[in-house]
Amino acid sequence: MVALAKKVDINNSIASLKQKVAMPYLLLLPGMLWLIVFFLSPILTLVSTSTKEPGLGFGEFIQTYRWANYTDALVNLQEQFIRSFVYALIATAIALAIAYPLAYAIAFKSGKWKNVLLVLVVAPFFCSFLLRTIAWRQILAQDGIVFKSLVTLHLISPDTRLTSSAFAVITGLAYNFLPFMTLPLYASLERIDPRTLEASGDLYANGIVTFRKVTVPLSMPGVVAGTLLTFIPAAGDFVNAQILGNPSTTMIGNVINAQYLQTANYPLAATLSFLLMLMILALVLVYIRKSGTEELV
Amino acid sequence: MSDASTSAKGDLKLNNISKSYGDFKAVDDLSLIIPEGSFFALLGPSGCGKTTTLRMIAGLEEPTSGSIFVGQTDITEMKPYKRPVNTVFQNYALFPHLTIFENIAFGLRRRGINDVEGAVNKVLDLVELPHLAQRKPTQLSGGQQQRIALARAIVNRPALLLLDEPLGALDLKLRRQMQIELKWIQKEVGLTFVHVTHDQEEAMTMADTIAVMNEGQIEQMGSPADLYDNPKTAFVANFLGQSNLIKGTISGNDGDSHIVDLFGQKISLQKNRSHAVDNSIYAGIRPEKFRISRLGTSTSGNILTGGHIEDVSYIGVSTQYQVEMPWGQELMVFEQNDDGVAPFSKGEEVNISWEPIFTFGLHGDEDANAGSEVNPDEDE
Amino acid sequence: MKKALRWISKNLIKIYAFLGFTYLFIPIIYTFVFSFNKYVRSNLVWKSFTLENWKNPCKPIDICSALGNSIKIGLLATAGATLLGTLIAFALARYAFKGRGFVNTLIFLPMATPELVLGASLLTMFLNLGFNPGFWTIVIAHVMFCISFVVVTVKARIASLDPRLEQAAMDLYANEHETFRRVTLPLVAPGIAGGALLAFSLSFDDFIITNFNSGTTMTFPLYVYTHEKGGLPAQANVIGFSMFFLALLIVIAGQIVGRKRKVSA
Repeated sequence: MVALAKKVDINNSIASLKQKVAMPYLLLLPGMLWLIVFFLSPILTLVSTSTKEPGLGFGEFIQTYRWANYTDALVNLQEQFIRSFVYALIATAIALAIAYPLAYAIAFKSGKWKNVLLVLVVAPFFCSFLLRTIAWRQILAQDGIVFKSLVTLHLISPDTRLTSSAFAVITGLAYNFLPFMTLPLYASLERIDPRTLEASGDLYANGIVTFRKVTVPLSMPGVVAGTLLTFIPAAGDFVNAQILGNPSTTMIGNVINAQYLQTANYPLAATLSFLLMLMILALVLVYIRKSGTEELV
Repeated sequence: MSDASTSAKGDLKLNNISKSYGDFKAVDDLSLIIPEGSFFALLGPSGCGKTTTLRMIAGLEEPTSGSIFVGQTDITEMKPYKRPVNTVFQNYALFPHLTIFENIAFGLRRRGINDVEGAVNKVLDLVELPHLAQRKPTQLSGGQQQRIALARAIVNRPALLLLDEPLGALDLKLRRQMQIELKWIQKEVGLTFVHVTHDQEEAMTMADTIAVMNEGQIEQMGSPADLYDNPKTAFVANFLGQSNLIKGTISGNDGDSHIVDLFGQKISLQKNRSHAVDNSIYAGIRPEKFRISRLGTSTSGNILTGGHIEDVSYIGVSTQYQVEMPWGQELMVFEQNDDGVAPFSKGEEVNISWEPIFTFGLHGDEDANAGSEVNPDEDE
Repeated sequence: MKKALRWISKNLIKIYAFLGFTYLFIPIIYTFVFSFNKYVRSNLVWKSFTLENWKNPCKPIDICSALGNSIKIGLLATAGATLLGTLIAFALARYAFKGRGFVNTLIFLPMATPELVLGASLLTMFLNLGFNPGFWTIVIAHVMFCISFVVVTVKARIASLDPRLEQAAMDLYANEHETFRRVTLPLVAPGIAGGALLAFSLSFDDFIITNFNSGTTMTFPLYVYTHEKGGLPAQANVIGFSMFFLALLIVIAGQIVGRKRKVSA
């Protein structure tokens, strides 16, 4: 009761600071308008394009409300859809495994270097991600150091290929979205009071038990945000598959990109885009519901 | 400037103030006059409405009904920045991005005062921290922050200074020291201080007048001595110090006194110290007013016989006893260790006695435990 | 041997973090090294060391104008997204209003939509409307996908603000306007700066959305992409590494200045 009164208390006083009812809408108006015009309405345009059929002339499409476009797309391209989600899932798991200790070390073990290390996590953004992906291809190439030394050590046979493979595409995805995984993880780990970890130790939990029973549950919001921010762009990516993959590692992003910019088959591209968006949204909602982290925005 | 922030002076009057949040009444039809220049304390447990009352005076909260006056000026609906009122916030609320000097100068600059530097330096001298002017708040200790928060408020010479649990975050020793200092500063600057606290000792040390609040209403108002010696309700009796409340009935009169029957034993209670409404009564006695005596020793005043020492705690200046009475109630007795009487030991049969003028009477329908269950250390 | 094992187990997390950072920086080191390559047509195989690429970073046609475009677009998009996002963050953090669910959804959706879909749908609309994609359509697109990130960053900062600070300002004779200018804004500023930095990094490095809505306008990531097959000049490495290094330098310098000011004040 008291807690409730206090909460109302604060809200009330904030409301009384600026009583204009119109104020929030004025603040929201420009940004919301921008998102409605340049995000929401394009998505609606996308849906409307997705049910069109080719007309007589080249690049001409007629609205026929052909919803079968969706089933056709699913049947014809299910392999690429499945591959996209599997790759994205594995890449997310790898990124989590790399980023969690990284974020943990920055949050608890870095002392005065904390801010510098955080900057180091974001800085690679500025060296274009395309350049970095190309760099990976060259590093792992047949004539690169990594490949040659692995062959010399007899760890792989000279016939193996590190690039142009599913392995390269997945590690490329994991690499590219690592900062998106690390930052939210760091943010939630940093909020943990180190004393709760000490308390756990005091209550007879060893390091591993403390980590499992205290650290991990308390960092769940960061895990959810980080995995989403990695999985979503990874599932829709086409650059890694294009630079690091081969024809049998084609992801749905490559198909959409090609349908738009090479074949100019806009209805198919739109159908695939919207399907991809729906599938990701459905997965995201189930995931958020399951993990019990509602407050993402 | 023509607003009330400088012109209004005089007593603070709250007329039938209420504040509701949905169904919950935080403050319920409260009326109060705080005389100009006094040190006034609003005392009560968490959630009793004292902070809400303070925030309404500051203008951070609007009353659901009622009005607030400073002298002849109605400030009920005035914006906080137009009121002749300044607040020392709980946890101080010093601006972290400004230096100590700029924190104190904040109010002066907003009002367009000319000699900002002179005024700030003067108040820094008053709180004895002139060397900290260029520091940032995070570089100060708790006690220093507390003084700066006080300086930031009093530099504006408000008609009214509000203190919201100002010492709550300090450790015990520092709190004692600041209590004395606050009292001294209040005398020095001559402003009206309204002090909200849940700490009864703090309120008693500093305030001229205390209003004890409970469930949105004032239970009793008066000087610290009045409240302690002659509480009107069980809540006040228990919240301010400890009390023994013994159930009884008024069985007769003897001049200016009632004769009260406590489980068959008769005691005397001055009529003007009784707040009972009918014959049903609680007789109240503070634990340090009791005297314990061995059977067969002569005693005077009110006497209760048949006691049995249940527990003894020696705490230096005094010894605390739990004495079980024939009707099963345990009474608390504090004995000073200064009368040469050998301490009593557990299991001894004793009588207890006290001067009749120390007895107070409470309405017999009250909850005898009211005010004793609340946790005074819990923050509101 | 035993001692070494104990040291390893004690510093396991630090060793792991070191390996993580190494992984993060291997491609950047590669980029740096190959910026000194005396390449012939493509910069794929190491030939010999030269400073030529660093002396003439703008030698390849279009590369520096692409970089200029990226910076211009980045700054414009950051300004737009930061302004719009900060306004939304204040509305969400400070007011009760009808339609909050809709606003939250509209902020969340762009973050949950793959860039490919964002870029493609925007292009479809521009084409339907008969717009020619170019510099300004890129700016529009970047503002759109950066807004959400700014909102989230700034909102978190506002939410962590102690409401008593603003009440104290009003108690000390500051009206609503002055309270906002002298207390609220300076205290929220680090959050706004963080949001702006994030927006600039996202915009500067964006390729997918830009690729759809660029028309004939060239940005630096687009330059790298289009020249990747025909042979990327080593100057791309020079520019990529320089931007990385510059960003690092600016932020670390900002940190040091910030810390100094805190100590000396």
